[in-house]
Amino acid sequence: MEDALIIQDLHVRVEGKPVLRGVDLTVRKGEIHALMGPNGSGKTTLAYVLMGHPAYSVDQGEVLWKGQNILELPPDERAHLGLFLAFQYPVAVPGVTVANFLRAALNERRKRLNPEDKGIPIPEFRKLLREKLALLGLEDSFAARYVNDGFSGGEKKRLEILQMAVLQPEMAILDETDSGLDIDGVRTVAEGINRIFNPNMGILLITHYQRILNYIKPHFVHVMYNGRVVASGGPDLALELEEKGYEWLREQFVEQPTS
Amino acid sequence: MTGAHLVQETRGIGPESFEAFLGTREEPEWLRQARQEAWQILRETPKPGPEDEAWRRTDIRALSIEDLATVIVGDGLTSPEGMLQIVERQDDLAGGLLLFDSQPALRWVDEQLGRRGLIFTDLLTAVREHRDQVAPYLGHVVQPADGFFAAMNAAFWRNGVFLYVPRDLEIQFPLRAVIGLQKVPTDFSRILIVVEPGADVTFIDERLADDGIGAAFHTGIVEICLKENARLTYIALQNWGRYMWNFTHERASVDRDSTLDWVVVGMGAGVTKTFLEVDLVGHGATAYMSGVFFFDGQQHADYDTEQDHIAPHTKSDLLYKVALKDRARSVWQGMIRAHPGAQKTDAYQANRNLILSPHARADSIPGLEIMANDLRCTHGATVGQINQEELFYLMSRGLSRAAATRLIVEGFFAPVLDRIPVPDIRRQADAIIHRKLGILAEGDFSS
Repeated sequence: MEDALIIQDLHVRVEGKPVLRGVDLTVRKGEIHALMGPNGSGKTTLAYVLMGHPAYSVDQGEVLWKGQNILELPPDERAHLGLFLAFQYPVAVPGVTVANFLRAALNERRKRLNPEDKGIPIPEFRKLLREKLALLGLEDSFAARYVNDGFSGGEKKRLEILQMAVLQPEMAILDETDSGLDIDGVRTVAEGINRIFNPNMGILLITHYQRILNYIKPHFVHVMYNGRVVASGGPDLALELEEKGYEWLREQFVEQPTS
Repeated sequence: MTGAHLVQETRGIGPESFEAFLGTREEPEWLRQARQEAWQILRETPKPGPEDEAWRRTDIRALSIEDLATVIVGDGLTSPEGMLQIVERQDDLAGGLLLFDSQPALRWVDEQLGRRGLIFTDLLTAVREHRDQVAPYLGHVVQPADGFFAAMNAAFWRNGVFLYVPRDLEIQFPLRAVIGLQKVPTDFSRILIVVEPGADVTFIDERLADDGIGAAFHTGIVEICLKENARLTYIALQNWGRYMWNFTHERASVDRDSTLDWVVVGMGAGVTKTFLEVDLVGHGATAYMSGVFFFDGQQHADYDTEQDHIAPHTKSDLLYKVALKDRARSVWQGMIRAHPGAQKTDAYQANRNLILSPHARADSIPGLEIMANDLRCTHGATVGQINQEELFYLMSRGLSRAAATRLIVEGFFAPVLDRIPVPDIRRQADAIIHRKLGILAEGDFSS
């Protein structure tokens, strides 16, 4: 399947300790999937593994995207296949401006598509950037700041979405993009995501809270618990979770002894 | 360069060599006497060795002083076009000077500014034509007794740069000097800058030699005398050939309410030992010392800095950033000294080192000597590698490992490079950084 991210029986260890214990999940283009679950259930680990963080070792399983198992690819090659991760904790890169960073990322992609490419012309880039900044309600001066350096929580999350808007991925994993935001922040970021979303794009929206789902309507909701996806359903599942809380899962899915 | 050759060469610093050297000079008696005195001090000063505290981390046993060509008379030397172009007459410069293999190959100064008393010429010409502006300062800011190489330079210096900015003259565009080497394997040059009260100037000092010059030798002195309420932006770009020996003593005396902005970009030479000092001698004096250094291969560079707060209410701020790859090694030893009575001193020093290869090494040694009690002195020193989380973050946006590394290194230097007000120097520094990173990155960079 060319237009789906297919996670099959994924087992991952972090510092020797199993964190993912057989994740199965499929996200198709044109779909928004919410992945919910309590802290420590493995959601962020899954996000990092999908993007290729070097600290995680995969014991078993596959992640198929565009007809290949991407687990062996370095993060930059995954990005060039259209994958994107909005970080829960975006990293500061002191001395590198938002504009330079985005231009470097865009140019790198153009060069991979066409080795002869000379890079995006500056006026064209400026226009693009201004347009995307406006989309997220950001001032032009935002582009001259150093990446995430001294940013507030809200600014960091907006920069993640700004990057997504510029890079236009086909499969975006949004890791707790709503955390650390006040209610206005959640609304702004959610509106940005809604405007970027399109039929040629899939989104895996990882969240601890139901709150962001008031603004972004998922087609599917999954619940992760103890390293596995333990329940899947429609949007109603999120409401049910909100009502019952995560304690309910603990009763339902008592940890099985590892063999 | 066809036909260029060296017609006379005398080696070492002994009595015969010094006599031979003086024999080639036609200089006023006061200068001859200063050379004699410096030479006497040189004779009494042993070549520095590992037992000297300042030289513990920089081994120069392989340097043979007796083999150094101290007297050279060249013939038919012509300077390369590239060097000439840098300093030729152009709208955004107030003056240009090229000293090539110790000969003044080009010198000019904006006519209008010249009429108002600005002097920008080679030091030998200045000694002849501007004695009153030169003699009171030459050898007074950096003295022969400051060290072996200071004494050697003071005895054997061949030529240099003289910049004199008269009272209240504010100069919009920079003055730019290139000291270039190509055929002559030793260089003994010195720079003297005198800025009179109320004047404001930017000076660019570039040192250029190709790697092809091999194990050449340079010892230099820089003397800066900044009088009351004056301002100097001094940008030094050291781009010597990578097998050269490079020793300098540089000191600025900063008087009442004056500001020195001193940016050092160090990229070249094989072995460098440099003493950079600011003396804040007047109430309200300020000195910013910034540095960008990138060494690779087997380069070794040792920077010894001093921020001397002599008068009260003075401020100094040092930020040196160093990146190292391959087997390069750097040493930074910094001292903030608040002299007795230097109340309300505000001093800061920071040295940040970025290690790009497992065998590169940086030593960072901050120091404070406080002899006053009402002041603020702080320092910070770090040695680190590329942050793996930063690398992953950038790579997740599609940047290759090499491109991500380049961006991180550029970002590391950016806050200091942003202090360089001359775009052309900024571009040159960027180009050298890219070239040095390029080897690391196996040609994977887009430009």
